[in-house]
Amino acid sequence: MPFSFKNMSELNIMASYNTSEFRSGLKIMVDGDPCSIIENEFVKPGKGQAFSRVKIRNLKNGRVLDKTFKSGETMDAADVIDIEMQYLYNDGEFFHFMVPEDYEQHAADENAVGDCRLWLKAQDIYEVTLYNGTPIGVAPPNFVELEVTETDPGLKGDTAQGGTKPATLETGAIVKVPLFIEIGEVLRIDTRSSDYMSRVKK
Amino acid sequence: MVWQPSASLTVIKQRARIYRQIRAFFDVRSCFEVDTALLSPTTNTDANIESIKASNLGQTLYLQTSPEFAMKRLLAAGSGSIYQICHAFREGEKGRRHNPEFTLLEWYRVGFDYQQLMDEIECLIDDISGEPNQYQRISYRQLVLEHINVDIDTIKLFALRQRVDQFVPGTLSSELDVDQCLDLLISLAIAPKIKGYVFVYDYPISQASLARVKASDTSVAERFELFYDGLELANGFSELCDSPQQRNRFDSDNNRRLTLGLDPYPPDELLLSALDSGLPECAGVAIGLDRLLMVLLEKNSIDQVLSFVE
Repeated sequence: MPFSFKNMSELNIMASYNTSEFRSGLKIMVDGDPCSIIENEFVKPGKGQAFSRVKIRNLKNGRVLDKTFKSGETMDAADVIDIEMQYLYNDGEFFHFMVPEDYEQHAADENAVGDCRLWLKAQDIYEVTLYNGTPIGVAPPNFVELEVTETDPGLKGDTAQGGTKPATLETGAIVKVPLFIEIGEVLRIDTRSSDYMSRVKK
Repeated sequence: MVWQPSASLTVIKQRARIYRQIRAFFDVRSCFEVDTALLSPTTNTDANIESIKASNLGQTLYLQTSPEFAMKRLLAAGSGSIYQICHAFREGEKGRRHNPEFTLLEWYRVGFDYQQLMDEIECLIDDISGEPNQYQRISYRQLVLEHINVDIDTIKLFALRQRVDQFVPGTLSSELDVDQCLDLLISLAIAPKIKGYVFVYDYPISQASLARVKASDTSVAERFELFYDGLELANGFSELCDSPQQRNRFDSDNNRRLTLGLDPYPPDELLLSALDSGLPECAGVAIGLDRLLMVLLEKNSIDQVLSFVE
């Protein structure tokens, strides 16, 4: 069995972080849930108590909240890791992903996949967040290339006008595209804004 | 890692100009510049300030957290009014407004009380900024009353914790004592609402630090702080000249350190001896010079005014 740090709890390691180690991106347990630190501000009156005021994102439900800790307090590390995985298929209930390096498979439920389901295309690579070994989040790459499955007929020659129309992509996502786009074309989409970027030559 | 300075060369030159203005300001006021040691075998007992340790030939020395003790020994030796521009060090203080090594302008005025010293600070800042500024003065009690409707003379701990829950949600308020609640509320609920230059004076006696007790109201100490738009710039006192009282404060600091699980520090016997021999009535203040530069040069991070940040 190769030595793996993917699951710290299996190794019985309970890491923790002091407030002085807080930085954005650090994953800590807060009120029983894994959270990611977004911002950390050191707050201290010259002759008073020091505090860390942090903005954190709950990785299970995506909610952002503020927390204050006295300097010197420690918080348990969250056993959270982001791993690049290939999306395989949806069995109706679970979305299956695979780590390309060791073929290890993980099943993510609808909650974990969230809005990313609109960008899931078999064979493509996604960032899957594991908490205690179970997927709790899936993030698409910033850009995906998807085929148009449904849209009104294209207007030939109209490549300069500003008009747009809705188009349904192979994953079910609906995006605004220029009028000249036709069914069957492959488009490059920015997943952060759902914006059409360009056509992709096949 | 970059070798280039953290502050721009423009800011570095502006710092030099401001130093010249400060020196000129004190020159004409018969307040002379001194230079005391950064390393000392004893250090500040304040439970909220940690010293950075150094060692020489096996002896532990501390980098000063402020030049206060050394300057008071000069005052007791008969120096008259003095000022110093120096570095001070505080372990673990790192953030947008903090750096573990920072610059202090500290001065002492023989024969002044804290209100007179506030007048002089106004003159200095007007002088450096080249224009008159508006300043306000408000007592600590009034400030807290106006902003969060708490009367510190009568409020109970549980009610103060409720204010923390209300104004700073996400805090485990049950673990905070009175002064910790007040520190947090001042920092996150009150200071952000302070506009312009505001002196806050007459701190509760539990936060007296090295200030003398006010004769007309023994529940407060003659301590003040200066804020600009919520940024804490300066801390000053009518200085405590009484040696036995000073020893008591060292002792209560150390008791608090023990309660918090921190090592106590031996009291600075040289300072106590100096007070025994007689510290003239005086007022003193330390201005965070890096922060004053941030205000005057409109920078929002301390890194933008320091040449190098490690």
